[in-house]
Amino acid sequence: MSIIDKLMVKPWIADQGALEEQNGFAQPAKKIALWIFLAVVSVLFSLFISAYFMRMELADWRPLADPGLLWINTALLIVSSVALQWARVSADRGQFSGLKFGLLIAGAATLAFLAGQYVAWQQLIALGYFASSNPANAFYYLLTGLHGLHLLGGLVVWGMTTNKLMGGSQVDEVRVTVELCAIYWHFLLLVWLILFGLLLAT
Amino acid sequence: MTDTTPADVGFAPPAEVEEVELYHAKSWITKYVFSQDAKVIAIQYSATAIAVGMVGLVLSWLMRLQLGFPETFSFIDAADYYQFITMHGMIMVIYLLTALFLGGFGNYLIPLMIGARDMVFPYMNMLSYWVYLLAVLLLMASYFVPGGPTGAGWTLYPPQSILPGTPGHEWGIILMLVSLVLFIVGFTMGGLNYVVTVLQARTRGMTLMRLPLTVWGIFIATILALLAFPALLVGGVMLLLDRVLSTSFFMPSIVLMGESLDYGGGTPILFQHLFWFFGHPEVYIVGLPAFGIVSDLLSVHARRNIFGYRMMVWALIAIGGLSFVVWAHHMYVSGMNPYFGFFFATTTLIIAVPTALKVYNWVLTLWRGNIRLTIPMLFAIGFIFTFINGGITGLFLGNVVVDVPLSDTMFVVAHFHMVMGVAPLLVIFGAIYHWYPKITGRMLNETLGQFHFWITFVGAYSIFFPLHYLGFLGVPRRYYEIGETAFIPASAQSLNAFVTVVTLIVGFAQLVFFYNLFRSLTKGEPAGDNPWQATTLEWQTSETPPGHGNFGDELPVVYRWAYDYSVPGAVDDFIPQNKAPDETTGRSEPT
Ligand code: HEM
Ligand SMILES: [Cu+2]
Repeated sequence: MSIIDKLMVKPWIADQGALEEQNGFAQPAKKIALWIFLAVVSVLFSLFISAYFMRMELADWRPLADPGLLWINTALLIVSSVALQWARVSADRGQFSGLKFGLLIAGAATLAFLAGQYVAWQQLIALGYFASSNPANAFYYLLTGLHGLHLLGGLVVWGMTTNKLMGGSQVDEVRVTVELCAIYWHFLLLVWLILFGLLLAT
Repeated sequence: MTDTTPADVGFAPPAEVEEVELYHAKSWITKYVFSQDAKVIAIQYSATAIAVGMVGLVLSWLMRLQLGFPETFSFIDAADYYQFITMHGMIMVIYLLTALFLGGFGNYLIPLMIGARDMVFPYMNMLSYWVYLLAVLLLMASYFVPGGPTGAGWTLYPPQSILPGTPGHEWGIILMLVSLVLFIVGFTMGGLNYVVTVLQARTRGMTLMRLPLTVWGIFIATILALLAFPALLVGGVMLLLDRVLSTSFFMPSIVLMGESLDYGGGTPILFQHLFWFFGHPEVYIVGLPAFGIVSDLLSVHARRNIFGYRMMVWALIAIGGLSFVVWAHHMYVSGMNPYFGFFFATTTLIIAVPTALKVYNWVLTLWRGNIRLTIPMLFAIGFIFTFINGGITGLFLGNVVVDVPLSDTMFVVAHFHMVMGVAPLLVIFGAIYHWYPKITGRMLNETLGQFHFWITFVGAYSIFFPLHYLGFLGVPRRYYEIGETAFIPASAQSLNAFVTVVTLIVGFAQLVFFYNLFRSLTKGEPAGDNPWQATTLEWQTSETPPGHGNFGDELPVVYRWAYDYSVPGAVDDFIPQNKAPDETTGRSEPT
């Protein structure tokens, strides 16, 4: 039944909307929670980006330089996303080694990305792009910082999962978590691509 | 209506609900302090919210003392007054009402009403409470920092909120913003829990349209909150950076005492958009749970099925959706494009349609009901009156031409106190009288309850009704002192004094309520499992108060909606949701 049909049921008639085969979605609760969380994060970034556009219209906006390093960082984040996808597929197939390497590469690439972002900050500061000197700079630090924070949060889960796996857990025990990590990373990659595009375009 | 045989509906397919791994508390600390049981977390949330609400209440007395008897109290100066206003507004809206409805009632009622053993993520649920507590403590800490709490008004509009001249611009505003950010983080953890629990953990047979309206109200409100709080987060974080790092997201160039500040080029209007994109849905975040709860109170205590159940659900959804496109009706005087004003006035009037529909359905539920004037019922009826009153003044203010002269007067204060202050509070009181027997196993005292209801209801009207009139006279809001004006007659002052006296009386009368709460813990009449003869699952538990895991060994199976009251031909005037069709002779009657 589609959601609309469900909402059309007349519940006072006993056999309408009787015992359903199944309540809710045929997905683990954690996954539903992740999707809802991603919706919340999307709203968060969309609002920041709307604010960005509104603020950009004003006279004092001066775009900042685009550090070349950002291209490398982007590549690193893509690598981590792909590696996690690999881990996810390996976990589905029950392959321990693929799962392990996927996770390790993803973690390393993500850490490298974060380090790269930090270096890019330093470069911009060295060039005199301070947060307080122009709103374009302030938005840059704010948005990249927020994106980095989300990745850090992801890394906590990544760390616990990897730890569990190294501690001798079965592939099956971490399968769902790895899948969720992969989805989360893809999402954050998408967010980064949008932010990066925004930076290049404005 | 077709006859149903047990064969059609009595069959229960095997549970597809994921078995939640119930956590078991090992020590006293994990059982009552760092508990992961939603019922304990609910009590913690409620107790904290009510405690901080008392601070908000005392602040309102202080404000009223000043307004009623200006130049009398040397310990209240203008800066204090602004701090009272700000802290009072923020505490009441966010730290009391939002936390109590969602964290308190949500945690207690969702698992019990949908037939689940607990929330789906108990650990995160626990974390949610502790982050909330931290947010409250930080907010309270602002009383102890140099400069005191912020006095920027609960709307925290820049530029004034972070500039010298506004009390608390040193530390108060920082603590306020950090506390809000924490609140949002904590709420998001809880909110994900409530939503996913409703979606995934319903017991067998509990289809969406068999959910009690209480659950629907809390569910939709939680979704609203999840999507609206990010706007406050965005505005708050940017304001914080403007304050701490001297960025200029919102700050225009400013010359202060002859010196030009580092700020420049920003636009305060941007903050207003962000704030109200959160702020208007916030009204419904406290409104929708109240709507849901009051529907159930009316139905139970009038022994009638709720009138137009489906419409009630659809209206909740419609109001939730529409509440995101009306925000700028708070900005008619901020200098917007007039066409925007027209757009937002229109959406504001449209949202009145599903809202009015709900009011009709409440009244029609009472119509020819077998009304039992219990204390919860009194509060529910009180809510209908107050809500209609506040809703109608809302229609006034929704129109640009009416709002412009009334904006920033006491009329606005009267309007929003009626609609989002008093109305939800009446529901909260009603709900406490209604569910206290389940939570504690004992009834609250009826006589004290009668006294509490009448003094609160009549008192609230005596306090806020005159404010409409003062608003028409032109008495401005957020004024420490009006002094002599050409247009406000001296009699306004007598009215103000009257309001203040009533406020104090009503405020102290709440002690009766607290006395009742504590006394009844031990002295109240034993309640039994289902004192109100209600149909919903929380009343069908084998123990009262419900034990760990809520429902003994087996989860209940649901066979009917939540509103089988006074079903023709049935033995009792109510049929619990988990009663199988072959156990009863009656059938329900469509509306
Ligand atoms: C206990 C009864 C209450 C009394 C006597 C009371 C009284 C007041 C007073 C005197 C003001 C300041 C008016 C002004 O000078 O502008 C005020 C402001 C306010 N109150 Fe209440 N209030 C009460 C309960 C509540 C509740 C339950 C809410 C929850 C929605 C609430 C929300 C607010 C808000 C949002 C403001 C505006 C703050 C601002 O202007 O920044 N109040 N209240
Ligand atoms: Cu509004």
